[in-house]
Amino acid sequence: MRAILRPRAATDDHPLVKIVLSALAIGFIALFLFMPLLTVFSEALVQGWRMAWDALTESDAIAAIRLTLLVAAIAVPLNMAFGLAASWAIAKFDFRGKNFLITLIDIPFSVSPVVSGLVFVLIFGLQGWLGQDLRDHDIKIVFALPGIVLATMFVTFPFVARELIPLMTDQGRSEEEAAVSLGASGWSTFFRVTLPNIKWALLYGVLLCNARAMGEFGAVSVVSGHIRGLTNTMPLHVEVLYNDYQYVGAFAVASLLALLALVTLTLKSLLEWRFADEIAADHRH
Amino acid sequence: MPGFGFSLGFTLFYLSAIVLIPLAALIIRPWELGWNGFWTEIMAPRVLASLKLTFGASAIAALVNSVFGLIVAWVLVRYRFPGKRLIDALVDLPFALPTAVAGIALSALYATNGWIGGPLSKAGIKIAYTPYGVMIALVFIGLPFVVRTLQPVLADLHRESEEAAATLGATRFQTFRRVILPMLAPTLLTGTAMAFARAVGEYGSVIFIAGNLPMVSEITPLLIIIKLQEYDYAGAAAIGVIMLAVSFIFLLTLNALQAWVSSRR
Repeated sequence: MRAILRPRAATDDHPLVKIVLSALAIGFIALFLFMPLLTVFSEALVQGWRMAWDALTESDAIAAIRLTLLVAAIAVPLNMAFGLAASWAIAKFDFRGKNFLITLIDIPFSVSPVVSGLVFVLIFGLQGWLGQDLRDHDIKIVFALPGIVLATMFVTFPFVARELIPLMTDQGRSEEEAAVSLGASGWSTFFRVTLPNIKWALLYGVLLCNARAMGEFGAVSVVSGHIRGLTNTMPLHVEVLYNDYQYVGAFAVASLLALLALVTLTLKSLLEWRFADEIAADHRH
Repeated sequence: MPGFGFSLGFTLFYLSAIVLIPLAALIIRPWELGWNGFWTEIMAPRVLASLKLTFGASAIAALVNSVFGLIVAWVLVRYRFPGKRLIDALVDLPFALPTAVAGIALSALYATNGWIGGPLSKAGIKIAYTPYGVMIALVFIGLPFVVRTLQPVLADLHRESEEAAATLGATRFQTFRRVILPMLAPTLLTGTAMAFARAVGEYGSVIFIAGNLPMVSEITPLLIIIKLQEYDYAGAAAIGVIMLAVSFIFLLTLNALQAWVSSRR
């Protein structure tokens, strides 16, 4: 009651407006975000823990989990290396066309996931540019691990770079110049001066990159061929089970992915809260 | 400073190998059909129907998100209430949750035996397996774009101009409409446009709830996959090029619009 009776500042909303807007916002989030999340877990457990556990430990599910981990283990470090190289070049040196390069790095974010997979089928598919040559040499890229890795690398391409570029540009190059002038080599400057300055932002970028790499569906769906136990990642396994009317299995695997998302969100919030000043400026809120 | 040649060289090589050359393959491919073949391909009724649905549903979802995204951002920045941090973190869920998971969850939720779809179907409203289902999924994935774009700008907004408006006798609503909204408009537009652009290309969260009836609830990205399954690579590439072109033209227009808005200040 006290809050309502206290005279209100001129820039404060009317208490009634506050209540209505808060209710709308919370209601919208509950309806559109919370209920779908709750559905995933509730549908997985609808026939008890036992059934959900069996669906997760069945051989095709294990194969899907292993493939997902393998793909992320290849794609994420490569994109991390790229992000570090790109931000080093862009933030520490001046050259023409820098802004254009930054725009090019961001392209994969504005391309549909399906198109991201399509481009690799057009190159490596049976009727693609290299399709016949690959067939002659018995090399499989599309409908096999390399295609899945390439599509994943494409969609997660900008994550690390776009976290590091603004931060490293802000930090400038004076510390590195000092290290080099004191006789440090390029690599030791990078590991002893630059890396400690950017470690939390790097972790932040890798975290988002990894979440997307493990959860990517559209792009991977185009290049995978959906071969059970062989080229199905976890999201694709979810699709196959769901289309087979094996709802408990589909939602059990989906719960695992949803848990991954929740862990990612928690770590992300933690990083934003604890190391706000050490990650890029646009996350400080 | 050492390492320029190596880092830029690696950057350009990796960028070309993973992004630029594959996109070039997409842009070159459809022209083996010739201009007429390309035109016939994209003017096919089924393709046109899918484009209409994809862009129409994306536009409606983006509009819904612009309204509710503004409310959510406003409440999260201006008000204090228990559980605010949790709600704030939850806003990022559509970024973090794999799209296939969102897709089957929404589909189960809005099916005629689902928690929301059940009561609605008793009232005669059908959501799942109709174009409305497509819109619901696109609202889900677009929300964080509007909220996350608005939040920092809203937090930095000068309270002084709101105070000035109040001292000059404006009601709170007048202040909002004549002072706050104009200051937020460019950001709101950006966030809405980002939600729209994301929605146009979205696949995973849509296909489960859409029902995918040709000419009715079939989105354009799905049509690309269908063409690929029929080994019609050039046809798939033609639709892909159209989608790519439209999203780039859209983003360029938006950039130009923003430049114009900021030059008027």
